[in-house]
Amino acid sequence: MQDIVLQADALTINREGQPVLRDVSFAMAPGRITGLIGPSGSGKTTLMRAVVGAQRIAAGRLTVLGLSAGSKALRPRIGYVTQSPAVYDDLTARQNIQYFATILRLPRAAVDEVIGVVDLQPQANQVVGSLSGGQKARVSLAVALLGNAQLLVLDEPTVGLDPLLRQKLWALFARLADEGRSLIISSHVMEEAELCNDLLLLRDGRLLAYGPKAQLLHDTQTKSVEAAFLKLVKGVTRAR
Amino acid sequence: MHGRLTVATAWRVLRQLSHDPRTLALLFVVPCVLLGLLAWVYSSTPIVFDHIGGPLLAVFPFVVMFLITSIATLRERSSGTLERLLTMPIGKLDILLGYALTFGALAILQATIASFLAVHAYGLHVAGPEWALVTVALADALLGTALGLFVSAFAGTEFQAVQFLPAFIFPQFLLCGLLVPLSQLPVVLHRIADALPLTYAVDAMSRVSAEPTVSAHTYRDITVVLGFALAAVLLGAATLRRQTK
Repeated sequence: MQDIVLQADALTINREGQPVLRDVSFAMAPGRITGLIGPSGSGKTTLMRAVVGAQRIAAGRLTVLGLSAGSKALRPRIGYVTQSPAVYDDLTARQNIQYFATILRLPRAAVDEVIGVVDLQPQANQVVGSLSGGQKARVSLAVALLGNAQLLVLDEPTVGLDPLLRQKLWALFARLADEGRSLIISSHVMEEAELCNDLLLLRDGRLLAYGPKAQLLHDTQTKSVEAAFLKLVKGVTRAR
Repeated sequence: MHGRLTVATAWRVLRQLSHDPRTLALLFVVPCVLLGLLAWVYSSTPIVFDHIGGPLLAVFPFVVMFLITSIATLRERSSGTLERLLTMPIGKLDILLGYALTFGALAILQATIASFLAVHAYGLHVAGPEWALVTVALADALLGTALGLFVSAFAGTEFQAVQFLPAFIFPQFLLCGLLVPLSQLPVVLHRIADALPLTYAVDAMSRVSAEPTVSAHTYRDITVVLGFALAAVLLGAATLRRQTK
């Protein structure tokens, strides 16, 4: 196993000529939940898309599991959940998961396993288009959990879920991290940020702070991630 | 590319359609009804129906398959599933050929039903053998599928995709030799018609309608049509990008 799951060196990404991420550098250790926190438009999704190889990099370097981001060998090793559920509305939940499992060359048992993990047994044979937003999001999450992806990139995976389910999923994330898998989870819900091991704070495409949560709170002399974020933003604004 | 994933994709597309019986019904019923209507319109002049019935048998499945395929692949793009697939270990050709396989199979069924009805129910007289009629109709439906796959790459929205029908198909229809024989077209338009696939599709059908044996010209036409179809699928694969700029 690599010592570093994800490393960015002076990473810069442009979209339609506009810089979306500027000069971002960090190195992530495995087996941790990293919260990608920042307001909308701060570059969270762009960073995640770069990690899974869907976004071209303008300058700098992004290394994922020891390989350059976008490498073919990475495809079976990363699980990715996009912000809006990327599943087929006109297939049942099980048919959706089955198709993606075939692509990952997994046995049928893997399908039942992830359906169980996301608590979708009662809806497994329903057409996804007829499911609620939260149920649909869980189908999408189940696909990402297929196989033993070492790195899970989850873009706002708990949006629209009820508190009970959200709690269950965070327990699942913690379990996956204990197994040694690494998770990058974006969120703009500050309560969720509190559940992460590490935090990566983004604002206007720049890295505001990165490190263990405890370290961040200590450095900013604050008691919550929200307060820390606000203090850092004010600090940056003053420095400019 | 892995054959297994092509088949898995084809199966998945078929399962999607099986949840949408109305689309399937339209797919098979529309060309048959249109041909029936055409036979009715020309019921007082059956010679005209024999003349244009064949070529239009080439055009209807072509148009229907073009539309269905371009919308289906556009949905794959806009739902985010294409982005997900492209981050997974599956080849771009697996995805496109998967679509081509399912829609191609539907095209076979559709072309067979439409040809059978045209001859046995609507009284279309063709000089050539019936299998040639079915073969050409099938090649044309496959061409529609392949072109639909290809142009969907350039459609950002459903509105655009639907307008590709008048933009891509109508000019081909006007120039294909059905309205005005190619030899009577202005030179420039004749040249352009020679470069368009539907011209060969319609020419093949006209020959099967008029010639008692299948000539080398007809085989050439079918080859050209299938060549265009293959090129469209390969170009379609080239337009799929795993990374956005």
